[in-house]
This record gives sequence, C-alpha cells and structure tokens, in this order.
Amino acid sequence: MTDISMTSAQSQSQTGKIVLRWLLYIALGLFALFYLMPLFVMITTSLKSLDEIRTGDLIALPREVTFDAWRTAWSGACTGIQCEGVRPYFWNSILIAIPAVAISTLLGAMNGYVVAQWRFRGANIIFSLMLFGCFIPFQVVLLPMARTLGIMGIAGTIPGLIFVHVIYGLGFTTLFFRNYYVTIPAELTKAAKVDGAGFFRIFWSIFLPLSLPIIVVTVIWQFTQIWNDFLFGVSFSQAGTQPVTVALNNIVNSTTGVKEYNVDMAAAIIAALPTLFVYVVAGKYFIRGLTAGSVKG
Amino acid sequence: MSPILDIKNLYKSYGTTEILKDINVSIEPGDFLVLVGPSGCGKSTLLNCIAGLEPITGGSINIGGKDMTHVSPKDRDIAMVFQSYALYPTMTVAKNITFGMKVRGVDQATQDRKLAQVAQQLQIEPLLNRRPGQLSGGQRQRVAMGRALVRDPKLFLFDEPLSNLDAKLRVEMRTEIKSLHHNLGASMVYVTHDQIEAMTLATKIVVMKGGVIQQIGSPAEIYNRPANLFVADFMGSPAMNLIPAKAHRADEGTRIEITRKSGEPIVLTDTKNRDLPEDVILGVRPEDIADPDLRGAEAAQAAECLIDMVEPAGADTFAVMQLGGKHVTARLHAETTAKPGQPKRLSFDLGKVSYFAPETGLRLN
Repeated sequence: MTDISMTSAQSQSQTGKIVLRWLLYIALGLFALFYLMPLFVMITTSLKSLDEIRTGDLIALPREVTFDAWRTAWSGACTGIQCEGVRPYFWNSILIAIPAVAISTLLGAMNGYVVAQWRFRGANIIFSLMLFGCFIPFQVVLLPMARTLGIMGIAGTIPGLIFVHVIYGLGFTTLFFRNYYVTIPAELTKAAKVDGAGFFRIFWSIFLPLSLPIIVVTVIWQFTQIWNDFLFGVSFSQAGTQPVTVALNNIVNSTTGVKEYNVDMAAAIIAALPTLFVYVVAGKYFIRGLTAGSVKG
Repeated sequence: MSPILDIKNLYKSYGTTEILKDINVSIEPGDFLVLVGPSGCGKSTLLNCIAGLEPITGGSINIGGKDMTHVSPKDRDIAMVFQSYALYPTMTVAKNITFGMKVRGVDQATQDRKLAQVAQQLQIEPLLNRRPGQLSGGQRQRVAMGRALVRDPKLFLFDEPLSNLDAKLRVEMRTEIKSLHHNLGASMVYVTHDQIEAMTLATKIVVMKGGVIQQIGSPAEIYNRPANLFVADFMGSPAMNLIPAKAHRADEGTRIEITRKSGEPIVLTDTKNRDLPEDVILGVRPEDIADPDLRGAEAAQAAECLIDMVEPAGADTFAVMQLGGKHVTARLHAETTAKPGQPKRLSFDLGKVSYFAPETGLRLN
C-alpha cells in the first residue's frame, strides 16, 4: 500500500518535472523567435524586389529571391552625391579597426603587465585613472580630441581615427589584461629575473604566451567597439575616410524619392557581418577567457 | 676562508614600516643557513633582499666577496627556488631549465650537456618534454630545483620550497635536499616556518621575529641553549615547557620551587647554576621529564605529578599536566603506565635546563 502510494507520488513529481521542462523550452523558444524576428525581416526584405516590398507582407518570405539589393548596397547605393555603395567605407572600417585593435590590445597588454607585475609608487593611482577613462562619455572628449587631432595634423584621416580608438580603448584593454595578470603569481616574474630575463623578455617569453584567452576577449571587445562606432567616425572623418557605419547612415538617410528598404537592409547586414564573424570564430574563447581567472587554481 | 654571504647592518622598510632591523649574518662556503620564524617575521623579505628582488633601505650585502648591494638579481650569481615553484607554464620542462642559459646566450651544445646532466641527477629525464601543468607537485619541485642547479651558482636560495607538498613527500624531498647539499658542497640559504625542517637541514639557523634576529647558531645551540623565551617556545615540537618558578640559593646549588594547584610544590635542585634571581622561568624540554626507570640515578630527581591527559604518538607517549599554572608536557615511553587523572612519578633532568628572566624573556644561564 505504502509502496504504491510512494511510486505514484514519485511518478507524479516525474511528470511535473517533464511538464516544467517543456514549458521552459517553449518559453525559451518564444524568446529566441522574438529576438530572431528583426534579423529574419532584414534578410527576407533584402532579398525582395521593391515592388514586392510595396505590395507584400512584411514578414512573408520573398516570392522571388533577388540579390540586386545586395549588389546595389555593396557598390551602387548613393551616400549623398557619390554612388559607390558601402564598399569603399567597408575597407575604411577595416583599415581603421585592424590597426586600432592590434595597437590597443598590445599596449593594453603591456600596461596591464606593468600595473600588475612591476608595482611602482603610484601604480594604483595610474590604474584608477585609466579605469576612470573607461567611464568618460564619448561626447565629452569630442572637442578636445578634435583640437588634438588638428594640432597633430591627422584630423580627418584614417590614422587620426586609429589614434582616437587606441586612446579610447586603452582603459578597457589595460583593465582586462591587468585583471588577468594579477592572477599570475609574482614569483614567476621573480624567477625570470633571477634567470636573467629583463622587462621585455619576461613579457614576450612568459606573459604573452599565457595570454591567449584574454587576448581573444580584448580583440572581440575592441573590434566590436571600433567597428560599431558611429560618433567618432562621423566627427573625425571627412569625405573618403568615413567608416561603414557612417556610410550606412548616409545611405539610409540621404536617399531622395522612393525609400529602397531592400538596399538599406542589405547594407545594414553587410555592415554587421564582420563583428558577427569575429564572434562566431572566437566566441568560445570569449567565454573561456571571461571565466579564466575564476577557474584557475 | 672569506664568507660566501655577508650581510651587514641590513635595514628594510616599506614607507615608515620597518620590516627588517639591523640584520647581520654571514656564512662560510658550504654552509646551509636556514632562516626560520613565524609568518610575517621578515624571513622571506630577507631572502628577497639577498636575491636582489627587493631593494634594501640600509646596510650591505656581500656575495662571494663582492659587494652586491645594488647589483641586479641576474648578476648576483645566485639561483632561487620558490614556494609556488614558479615554473614557466607555457614552456616544457627542458625549456624551463634552459631558459636562464638561453637568456644569457649560452651556446646550444653547453645547454644540452648541462640539461642532460641535471635531468640525470634529479631523475627527471622522462619529464623533459612535458609542461608544468602535467606534472605532480613533487615533480614540479624537482624541475624547480633543476632550474636552480643548472645555473651552478655561488649561492642557492630556497623560499619555503616544501610547504606546498603533502606531509610524506615533504619528508622525502627534505632528505633529498639535504643529500644534494652534501653532494654538491654548495652554499644555501633556506627559508621555512617549519622548525623541524630548520633543525634537520641547517648547519646554521637564524631565528627571526618581527624583523629582528633572535638568535643565530647551530641547530644544537638553538635547541639546547635558546637565547630567549621566543626561541625556546618556537623551536622544538612539542615546545619547551616554560614554567614560572622560584629560585633559592642553597649549599648544594640552587633550589628550584614550582608551585602546584593542589598539593605541595615540587622542589628540584640544580647543582650547576648559581646566582639566579628569585623569579625565573624554568625551561625544560619534554624529553627531560620522563619515566624514572629510564634515567641514571645521578641526573634524575623524581616527583609525583598528577597527569591530566595522555597522548600516545606511536614511538612516544606525551603526558600533559599542570605545573606552576602552565600546561607541561612530558615525553614518556610508549608503554608508560601513566593514566589521565592519576598521579605518576616522573623524573626531572636539569642537565640541559634553561632559565629565563620573566620580565625581559632573556636567557639567564
């Protein structure tokens, strides 16, 4: 008797668990659908012709798949008076993002290494000040930065934008590397010093090889920041040096007459692809890097 | 022979906090110097100062007859083994050991020869291509030693190298370090908080507390003639019994009177030491309070004591009692008849007794 009642209670809780599990999955699935909706609309719209957009349903699949909009967005759409698509600006963004990410990551690694492992008087103050730099809103630095770029003679150029992004990224990259390097025992540096290695030797031979996870985190963070930046791009560029985000804005906002939604969508997707690519390639290291400090014994 | 390491009037402070005060130590070639003390006593800082990893505030450090006070660590002709082993995690064992030579631009053939020699000496040949993460604690310890040995330095520095190992391995490695010292005839400075390690390894011990040297001496000197109450209490396990007592001059020497909570005071006679002040602290090692039958009659002075607790430890049995208001431990043989709560006749041997002044803590005899 007791046995039976127990098993029935058990099976009851078992079914309860399964139902709960399914409810959870359904809820999660709905959320995922909700978040995927804009992407779905973007992709389908970019593959439709203008006629179809005008007559059809927003969330319907395209009746006829056409890549015309993509072609136009890449090389024919007008940004103001020029009609070359996003292609030249896409390259501008690459020319800005890659050096800026590389330089800010390397400098951040060195800063972090110094602040964490070569303690000196005022190291904490300097680190706090750099940290403070992370929280200064972009708008605040626009005018002083414009003045600085002017004095340096690199206003409106791609090196100028690289400079801005490196300076603005240093706070974050230093923070990342510093927090990673403080978990490395100071005895490692001491051992290398006794072995005869100097400041740079220890950095190159011992610390950099250890840093892959945090390099990945920093690169993803910096690349996303720099690639997606609009404010600096629009403020410190001129015709010919604008990044893709600015071009995208111009395409969408400066068309006259009929709004070409399919072209806008295609251009937006093109502009977002590189960050997506970086996440897919390096994403698993991203999670690993973020938790590296906590897992390490 | 000139000393291999000579430290004179060394001071070290961080800001206004003095970490080391007037340190004077010197050792001869082949000495094994152990710096021992509780944590925070400055022993590791002193070692880092010797290595040149910490700048010093005052004084001088000579290594091998040369003034090294302001020389950088790499030029001091030293090698160091760290508590956390500090192996380079991304390099193989072989690369770890040869890193120093590579940095110094030693040619490949010499590197290979020395690596092979050290690997054979420490029996780590099968590990050479592994990374530190794939090694056990004991193996890492060996590799860390290999990295030091390959340098063939004037002075080896060890910073608590065994404290991350489990108890059994620690004893094994201790023996190994001792035989290494014996075989190489090298000069070593070794930091530990473990007084047994200090006793077993050292040819010379420096006991430190609060950045001040308490006593320098051979293990036997430190053990038998501690300079003050701190050293007496710190060195030896179980610790030396420190019992408040009254000393009275008598014809045959000095009469020592120890009060008890119940019963008459214990009265012992010390025939060797005279001219003691009235209030003293009597220092007796647990092994000098023993079963009466173990002693020759001339040294033994028996007294009946009430045993509070009995702690068998295999080879010995420790009995704890109350004398002069303190817990006192006696080291009895394993099959002793002592039982908790019952009186037992114990013999006191004052042959190696120490006396300390209660106010200053300094040794009196």
